[in-house]
Amino acid sequence: MSRFKDLQKNLFGGTTSNARQFGMIFTLVAIVVLFQILTDGLTLRSDNLIALFQQNSYILILAIGMLMVIVAGHIDLSVGSVAAIAGILVAKSMAEWSLPWPVAILFGLAIGALIGAWQGFWVAYIGVPAFIVTLAGMLLFRGGNQFIGNANTIPVPEGFRMIGSGFLPEVGPSTGYNNLTLLLGLAACVAVVWREFQSRKTRREMDADAAPLWISVLRMAVMVGVIVFASLRFASGRVGTSFPVSGIILVALVLAYSFYTRNTPGGRHIYAVGGNSRAAELSGVKLKRVNFFVMMNMSVLAALAGMIFVARSAASGPQDGNGWELDAIAAVFIGGAAVSGGIGTISGSIVGGLVMAVLNNGLQLLGVGTDRVQIIKGLVLLLAVALDVYNKSQGRFSVIGSITRAFRRDTPAPPTSSSAADHEPAKTTVPG
Amino acid sequence: MSDAPILLEMRSITKEFPGVKALSDVNLVVRAGEIHAICGENGAGKSTLMKVLSGVYPYGTYDGDIIYQGAETRFSDIRASEHAGIVIIHQELALIPHMSIAENIFLGNEPRRRGAIDWKSANRMALDLMARVGLQEDPDTLVKDIGVGKQQLVEIAKAFAKDVKLLILDEPTAALNGADSQHLLDLLRGFRSRGITSIMISHKLNEIEAIADEITILRDGRTVETLNIKADGVDEDRIVRGMVGRELSSRFPDHTPKIGEVFFEVRDWNVRHPISAERQVCKNENFVVRRGEIVGFAGLMGAGRTELAMSVFGRSYGVYESGTIVKDGKEIVLKSVADAIAHGLAYVSEDRKAIGLNLLDDIKASTVAAKLSKISHHGVLDEVAEYKAAEAYRRELRTKAPTVDESVSKLSGGNQQKVVLAKWMFTDPDLLILDEPTRGIDVGAKYEIYGIIQRLADQGKGVVVISSELPELIGLCDRIYTVFEGSITGEIARQDADPETLMKQMTSTKKMQTR
Repeated sequence: MSRFKDLQKNLFGGTTSNARQFGMIFTLVAIVVLFQILTDGLTLRSDNLIALFQQNSYILILAIGMLMVIVAGHIDLSVGSVAAIAGILVAKSMAEWSLPWPVAILFGLAIGALIGAWQGFWVAYIGVPAFIVTLAGMLLFRGGNQFIGNANTIPVPEGFRMIGSGFLPEVGPSTGYNNLTLLLGLAACVAVVWREFQSRKTRREMDADAAPLWISVLRMAVMVGVIVFASLRFASGRVGTSFPVSGIILVALVLAYSFYTRNTPGGRHIYAVGGNSRAAELSGVKLKRVNFFVMMNMSVLAALAGMIFVARSAASGPQDGNGWELDAIAAVFIGGAAVSGGIGTISGSIVGGLVMAVLNNGLQLLGVGTDRVQIIKGLVLLLAVALDVYNKSQGRFSVIGSITRAFRRDTPAPPTSSSAADHEPAKTTVPG
Repeated sequence: MSDAPILLEMRSITKEFPGVKALSDVNLVVRAGEIHAICGENGAGKSTLMKVLSGVYPYGTYDGDIIYQGAETRFSDIRASEHAGIVIIHQELALIPHMSIAENIFLGNEPRRRGAIDWKSANRMALDLMARVGLQEDPDTLVKDIGVGKQQLVEIAKAFAKDVKLLILDEPTAALNGADSQHLLDLLRGFRSRGITSIMISHKLNEIEAIADEITILRDGRTVETLNIKADGVDEDRIVRGMVGRELSSRFPDHTPKIGEVFFEVRDWNVRHPISAERQVCKNENFVVRRGEIVGFAGLMGAGRTELAMSVFGRSYGVYESGTIVKDGKEIVLKSVADAIAHGLAYVSEDRKAIGLNLLDDIKASTVAAKLSKISHHGVLDEVAEYKAAEAYRRELRTKAPTVDESVSKLSGGNQQKVVLAKWMFTDPDLLILDEPTRGIDVGAKYEIYGIIQRLADQGKGVVVISSELPELIGLCDRIYTVFEGSITGEIARQDADPETLMKQMTSTKKMQTR
């Protein structure tokens, strides 16, 4: 078991990976393979992959913000409505006030920031639970969308549509592939290799045993293989299609926010607040500022997601963004975030979102109706989180749990983080 | 006592967890009508033994026999042991704060009439039970509105509602102040005279010496010895010797203080309660700290020591009213914890689990949590620097953990406290305020923590120690302030400090200067 754990740690690097995330990556691979077989190869065809990315990029963008909100111990139910109101305002700004589309995008982000500031104010400075604030926001901004748009659909101009339905352009010599997509893939491969060596160096400096070289090579080979495969697929689609612009926005956001949450004091403060807000406060973390920031950031990303959706569907409508909050929240929880906050990663949430996306897409390709798709998605979410809760209850001592649960001999019961009977935990967990 | 019939006998109990033998061949004999103390360092197996006894670890998961009231028993769960009259009261009380005393007493055991709860007889029975434990309150009072001491009594009343024959108390006085502890101990004596048997787990050796008839000492999951307090003439040193397996010649490391100039001063400090603004929790308090000095704050629980410390530490408690802080001759204004840290203050809280640590973190992240700027360059965290800092403190403080990647939730209390100390040492403070630094920590770890405190003082830092244990203050501190109801009532030099003097000033508003 411990060797398996070592391998898992080695393959997925660092301490941030956890069993859940590890499991989810395998689940994702398994689902992809399953549908690839069931659909006779439709799943991994270029056009399907491209469509999959385009259709889900905005949900994944929401998942980034939602992860930070959930890690800080909150929730945001308003993202769909915020996306909708930002979408309609941006559409209107271009159609009626004839703002040029780049300015309109900035305008949309500003709307997101303003709404986020409103919600962050109530959550951080007044102390209203985020669930209530954003439940109110959900109604408020959905109504706002329909009030402003008069429940009508407003089309958006061609230039603006690029962020939702655009692709990397064709440049350079004719190779039968999209050259920019190939270049992007190449850059990604280089980055993967560079990062691997960087992390080996870090581990050596931390006097930790760097993973054996073959593991590093294996890991790089797998990742490079995936990237090469994906690049070729994206680059070889129908003429005029390639890696979508919305995908590029998504990748850029994932990289930036992963870096922020993992490698900066600000990111670590979010985890500290979610893990134990009082302890964080007494360590000098500015609690209100962190809470304000995560709520505001979420709304900005929601506005961006709303604009991408409007751009893809070429018009803003009254039903845009319906139910998005639930997809984003599901992605985050499937991706290993803890319901009580303090735990979760951006990459995990993206994997969680992709699991849902592939499931959705694969079932649709198989011709399963939306009714049954929803049932299956609901069960997947429930099982994934149930697994998390169950695991956590195993690690903790709980009197109620120990009464209601049949005893298992292979389960150590070191009282760890919970309160009950916790003043004598050492011998079972810490040798010496 | 020793001729009383045996109520409980646990014979060669062995309990294994994967890779660890928590108990091996433990024997325990408890006679009817006695108070039996169980002592041992953290991790010695006390709680595990009680969990075996109360059925938390059911029959079949351990080896050995439990003979109770003359018959072998095989408890399948807690209900079974409670049914047999064995009730365990945990250190962390299992009460529901927003329910009344009566509701709590009968929770899960409600008297019914035709299916509905019969509140009339419940209240009547509650009053009766409350009288037995000496609790004078309206049974309709919510549990959150009574103090910890009284909550403890509610727990015991709850045990009586279940017709208890053997009462197990796990660290019953850990959270109680002197008066409440005394009341509880008197109560246990009363139970003894009425034939109720008690098992008490405690770190407070003076209480054990005062109240117990017999004492069983565990060490590393084995029974060391069972002593009769009177017949064997047991005193605290004898118990410590049994627990640690050697004579601790002194419970405090030798130390010659190197005291310098006054560098930190709090003047005319006034703070109001955060919710009820009419309550003043700090009244015109003044104190000074010198470089290299360990200053103690003595007071009963609720005297306002923690409130004073936290309000000084960046106004993290209460509503600041007036007062100044002077450090190194200059007045400083600390409006937030971040300000306080920047000015070289550190506060190690009394409750490390609730507000001192993020239990989701590993040792590494916990160590650097209060000063991330020290391990970041241009706003980016340096993982290697983080690791090296944490590892250095792990070695220096001898924190028992395989690596600094270990989650702090898996450490014992003493080692968690070392991580908290490392966290604040990492901020390079000039003044460390340690609030109950050894609460819930065993004797060996205490000794180490005292050593760390003394080393910090020798580095020229000022150290403030808040403690409810007078021997600790007297043994460790160079100077002790006494606090009573939000006022500093006295200042006593080390050579004049004795428990009586301190206690007198901790319980009186009259200002006395013995210096």
